[in-house]
Amino acid sequence: MQSWVPFVPDSASTFSWKVDAVYFYLSGITLFFTLLISVILIFFVLRYRRRSPYEIPRPIAGSHKLETLWSVIPFLIAMTIFGWASKVYFEQYSPPTNAVEIYVVGKQWMWKIQHSTGQREINELHVPVGRKIKLIMTTEDVIHSFFVPAFRMKADVVPGKYTTQWFEATKPGTYHLFCAEYCGMNHSGMIGYVTVMEPREFDNWLSGNTGNTTPAVAGQQLFQTLGCVSCHGANGEGGRGPTLAGLFGREVRLSNGQTLRADELYIRESILNPQAKLVEGFGPIMPTFQGQVSEDQLVQLLAFIKSLQISNPQQSTPMSSPSPSRTQSPAATTQAARNPF
Amino acid sequence: MIDEAFELPRPSKVNYINAQYGLKSWLLTRDHKRIALLYLGSITFFFFIGGLYAMMIRLELLTPQGDLFHSTTYNKVFTQHGILMVFFFLIPSIPATLGNFLVPMMIGAKDLAFPRINLLSWYIYMLGGLITIYALLAGGVDTGWTFYAPFSTTFSNSYVVAAGLGIFVNGFSSILTGLNFIVTIHTMRAPGMTWFRLPLFIWAQYATSLVMILGTPVIAITVLLLAFERVAHVGIFDPALGGDPILFQHLFWFYSHPAVYIMVLPSMGVVSELIANFSRKNIFGYKFVAFSSLAIAVFGFLVWGHHMFVTSQSVYAGMIFSFLSFAVAIPSAVKVFNWTATLYKSSISYDTPMLYGLGFIGLFTIGGMTGLFLAALAVDVHLTDTYFVVAHFHYIMVGGALMGYLGGLHYWLPKISGRMYPEGWGRFSALVIFVGFNLTFLPQFVAGYMGMPRRYHAYPPEFQVFNVLSSAGASILGFGMLIPAIYFVWSMRYGKHAEANPWHLPGLEWRTQSPPPTENFETTPIVTWEAYEFAPPGETEVIGKFAGELETA
Repeated sequence: MQSWVPFVPDSASTFSWKVDAVYFYLSGITLFFTLLISVILIFFVLRYRRRSPYEIPRPIAGSHKLETLWSVIPFLIAMTIFGWASKVYFEQYSPPTNAVEIYVVGKQWMWKIQHSTGQREINELHVPVGRKIKLIMTTEDVIHSFFVPAFRMKADVVPGKYTTQWFEATKPGTYHLFCAEYCGMNHSGMIGYVTVMEPREFDNWLSGNTGNTTPAVAGQQLFQTLGCVSCHGANGEGGRGPTLAGLFGREVRLSNGQTLRADELYIRESILNPQAKLVEGFGPIMPTFQGQVSEDQLVQLLAFIKSLQISNPQQSTPMSSPSPSRTQSPAATTQAARNPF
Repeated sequence: MIDEAFELPRPSKVNYINAQYGLKSWLLTRDHKRIALLYLGSITFFFFIGGLYAMMIRLELLTPQGDLFHSTTYNKVFTQHGILMVFFFLIPSIPATLGNFLVPMMIGAKDLAFPRINLLSWYIYMLGGLITIYALLAGGVDTGWTFYAPFSTTFSNSYVVAAGLGIFVNGFSSILTGLNFIVTIHTMRAPGMTWFRLPLFIWAQYATSLVMILGTPVIAITVLLLAFERVAHVGIFDPALGGDPILFQHLFWFYSHPAVYIMVLPSMGVVSELIANFSRKNIFGYKFVAFSSLAIAVFGFLVWGHHMFVTSQSVYAGMIFSFLSFAVAIPSAVKVFNWTATLYKSSISYDTPMLYGLGFIGLFTIGGMTGLFLAALAVDVHLTDTYFVVAHFHYIMVGGALMGYLGGLHYWLPKISGRMYPEGWGRFSALVIFVGFNLTFLPQFVAGYMGMPRRYHAYPPEFQVFNVLSSAGASILGFGMLIPAIYFVWSMRYGKHAEANPWHLPGLEWRTQSPPPTENFETTPIVTWEAYEFAPPGETEVIGKFAGELETA
């Protein structure tokens, strides 16, 4: 599993070589300055060793010119590192809109993974080469960190919110998955593998793992059993509660006059703590679901709500669209939001 | 016992050690020098327990399987190693021992401004230490020294509150020491001792004290909130109770990043003394080095977010923290260049303290440069929470802070105990420690980039080679640490008697007898010379009646 450069882990994502490039640049600078200082030190220590016990060398006060020089040059070098590393970081944390979404829930001490096509895995993640994957992650208990060294990526999962990271694998193989944030007794056992496959193999793997309901379908069932339908409608068309169809990614006007974009965190909060951000025109009548839905179920509800489209309610069932995607028609959504009935 | 060890260097001389006898004269002393020794004994005790934990960690990691301890035990071992080393050794190390002893002596004062508060700070430190020892004996703590919520507040089943209380109490000793130093340096400098005549060690202590006073209350608040949540279930950090776990990290690092500067600034001060005095040359760019200490202290408060680049912090906040972290590296870089330039056309002796000083420059350069890797956003995403981080901060805290401390102890030992350490053994152990240290921590940089996460009880077998090297290095390092411990104790009885000024230096602390009298100087010194103004022996003005000694030296 070694790559051709010594002391560098496998490179298996589009970020790997970008991070490695900055790393090599930094290593070069470090080596240069460490050698520079060491060589000068050793030279001075030998050249200017004390030759007679009472000699007093002539004092030198200092030199503003030199000091300015060796403040400014390191600063400029530091800024090149800063700029380059920030650029790569920005890419790492700006997921593309067309990425396939996979849900990750951490818990002491395992990783639970749900593909949007319904496959579930524990401590393993199968992904195809050459497809952009976005992980939407949370945790049931403490903070963990999803770390795949071969992808040079890592992001904490934080209780009470969703964090995301994305990657595009480039090389088939099996790579380490680690929990990088200390999480208690079996922290070092919270490990697994990411298996990167050729797209065709991956499709085989997918079809060999059918029989699972997709998160969106499971979410629809929850939507029924939790009684959400009575206010939000069977397909999220709304009623006593706001319309959910087409909600995700849309601007929402709140009763306090603010507007926000409906993202994962907003939907999550509205389920767990409905009074926190009331939609304009609706009263505080929804009960809280804090403690009644698990993180897995929240993810499923989220997937269902994301899958709801603005269209004829009869056609809009998540079953008919195996890979949920959202299409937005801003005019229509605004209409629907303003007029819940 | 302790009095016996410090038997009269010469029968006629009264000094701070033999001025009074008996346990009571030590436990109720208000002499800053005696309090420094009390601290020295206590922090050495905590250092050796912390070191024992380090050895246990390295033994466990010798093999990939977790076979020596259960993971619960291992988690407690690395947590307790961190807590003891950070809060009970590194933070008090130089300020409470060398600083306590030397701040008044170097500025020509009789004592610190508040001698009783100084003694109080030692008692508070001991109280905090005892509470923490209780936590360790009662069952231990397993949260990591970082106490991240909600693990620490809700999930950990260990003595978190007791350990937190120990740290909370201990913080006050830090604050009091800082307060004492600041007031002393402002108000008690001898006539003629202007700000720019102060030795750079004093500037470093001053900057450290600022950080202690401004930062420590924040960790106290943080630990208090943590205890509130754990005991009373008030939702502050745990989202299940309505809190925010990231808030804990902000509060924790707002103190704990500046705390790194509490550990390393004093060491930089010591190294400035070592480099100047053992090359008989004034520090190149004195003012710049002095002000860079203050700059580090101030900017050190603005970079805490670089511990949180992957915690869902905003990308833009990450960029600002990254930028500031690069900026704070510059004053440190300049110090390294200035120390190096000081050696140009100087007269360098190869005494043990200088070996530590030179070792510090090399190791601190590596420690500082690898800090840039972690300040660089994209690289930090890969490296954070791996062994790279472990290696980096050990280069700063052991390669930096500890090397400076050991160098300082050797340098001022003649003044403190009135005895010389054995020079040959000193040089030998400095070399052993240097080699052992590098062998321990260099491989961890590589293991970290290869992806080995920190705080792992068991690890995939491909990382074993790095861990075996590291454990081998740790055993050499541990052996190296024992040598000075042995010969320091040996030298108290058998060491050569030290003269007032065994190194022939101009600093005020060398112009009085060794060990000094309780009031430090026979008469108040009047300073007419600049810092590091070297003169031929005999021409150095001496304060007190033991002046004759210097001329014969």
